[in-house]
Amino acid sequence: MAEKFKEQAVVIRQEEISYGIYSMWLKTEQIAGKAKPGQFISLYCHDGSRMLPRPISICEIDAKDNALRIVYRVAGKGTEEFSGLSTGDSIEIVGPLGNGFPLKEKKAFLIGGGIGIPPMVELAKQLNCEKQMVLGYRDTLFLQEEFKGLGSMYVATEDGSYGTEGNVLDAIKENGLDAEIIYACGPTPMLKAIKEYAIANGIECWLSLEEKMACGIGACLACVCKSKEKDSHSNVNNKRVCKEGPVFRAEEVEF
Amino acid sequence: MNMEVNLAGVTLKNPVMTASGTFGSGEEFSEFVDLNKLGAVVTKGVANVPWEGNPTPRIAETYGGMLNAVGLQNPGIDLFVQRDIPFLKKYDTKIIVNVCGRTTEDYCEVVERLADQPVDMLEINISCPNVKEGGIAFGQNPKAVEAITKEVKKYAKQPVIMKLSPNVTDITEMAKAAEAGGADVLSLINTLTGMKIDINRRTFALANKTGGLSGSAIHPVAVRMVYQTAQAVKVPIIGMGGIATAEDAIEMILAGATAVSVGTANFHNPMVTEEIVNGIRDYMERYQVADIKELIGAVK
Repeated sequence: MAEKFKEQAVVIRQEEISYGIYSMWLKTEQIAGKAKPGQFISLYCHDGSRMLPRPISICEIDAKDNALRIVYRVAGKGTEEFSGLSTGDSIEIVGPLGNGFPLKEKKAFLIGGGIGIPPMVELAKQLNCEKQMVLGYRDTLFLQEEFKGLGSMYVATEDGSYGTEGNVLDAIKENGLDAEIIYACGPTPMLKAIKEYAIANGIECWLSLEEKMACGIGACLACVCKSKEKDSHSNVNNKRVCKEGPVFRAEEVEF
Repeated sequence: MNMEVNLAGVTLKNPVMTASGTFGSGEEFSEFVDLNKLGAVVTKGVANVPWEGNPTPRIAETYGGMLNAVGLQNPGIDLFVQRDIPFLKKYDTKIIVNVCGRTTEDYCEVVERLADQPVDMLEINISCPNVKEGGIAFGQNPKAVEAITKEVKKYAKQPVIMKLSPNVTDITEMAKAAEAGGADVLSLINTLTGMKIDINRRTFALANKTGGLSGSAIHPVAVRMVYQTAQAVKVPIIGMGGIATAEDAIEMILAGATAVSVGTANFHNPMVTEEIVNGIRDYMERYQVADIKELIGAVK
């Protein structure tokens, strides 16, 4: 059983890196030391009127200093509360949660869409293979510096202000790219399109899914996805995104 | 100082248990909580066959609580007996199995299967608002409550807890009906039916449209219903609904609950059940309460 910890993490630093998008480094006791790319942590609000933890993917891991970086978009009152934390403030977190990406030595696409880009940073750092980052943004770019020197980078923006006008698959086509394995995280329509692309081209593909969660540890069965295989909990083709996931083989999940 | 309580002949080391559906069968939470410290673990509802549950999104946060419409996804009694009961037997805590069904026969089948299993009590869920058949349909009419209680009692070897819904005009009528049907213990309240709308997308927040409201927001409703029910029946009551702290638990006990179940608060703090046990002990020390039974229904 994977080890999980509940800790009082301390904010090392926080900054707004793009409009409404925050980067926060947290000092942990044990979580960072055990975390893998593609895993997430649950962050708990100080305000008790918000009872559910916020699951946020891990962007970078500094195992040596036991620090973690998360990059998140302010989407509601919970993330708004987190965005107000400053250096030295503490926050309760649980982690590391979920399975993470499998690290394979194959020519890879690391595809991130919007707030699905952050987990690709640590993945890019830890993968030992030829890496092509394909990043899709609505308009403004963020987390660009982080990928420098880790592989080749391709950008798509919806408004065409940078890189390819369109989505990540448009960028792949426009640049004539190919790969033996795909790792992807982003909005569901993007993941669905990538799944189809991967199957059509016979490429091994791993998708990181998102779903509304409550417990975050596999007990409440809120965050299930339709799976091809029977799930280990209920034996009914409902895998838990928080536990069996968030990373699944593309063929395994049905959107 | 004595924290032991008695529910229909079953002695719990303390009155703190888990609310069905929020704690699985304890395995996931055992990484955070020492299950040996709890009075009992109440499992997530189990039916005669596996249930898929509802489509997602199944949950939505609300002010001071949440809505859920998981729809009783469960592995069915076969896998449950093979996997979940042996897991819980490793711990020194009581095992209460929550039973759900679509028909009376479904409930009875599960209860019969559990008869020779090493479980301490059965909690019969006649109050789930998120399934089309069964669940709450059995819990909103006193005649139906009495009838299903009687049927279940025919097959049960363990004491039977009937779990009541707050989505009724008068919960004491349902409580009396369950008592008349032979219920050994009552547990209340299940969730309150609610709805949330996403105003940006103009859609329902839950795929099921409606869901069950739980969490701190419903605590005063639960305290009131436990108090009223305690005045109306003689059987012991397990109080639940928005218990998030030891203070909430003590309030429920003072209102008339012999034991308490902690549910949604597990999501806010996976260690909360153990912290509530400790908090009740601190309260008893502070007020020099020698036996927790002195507090049951002691509100003046």
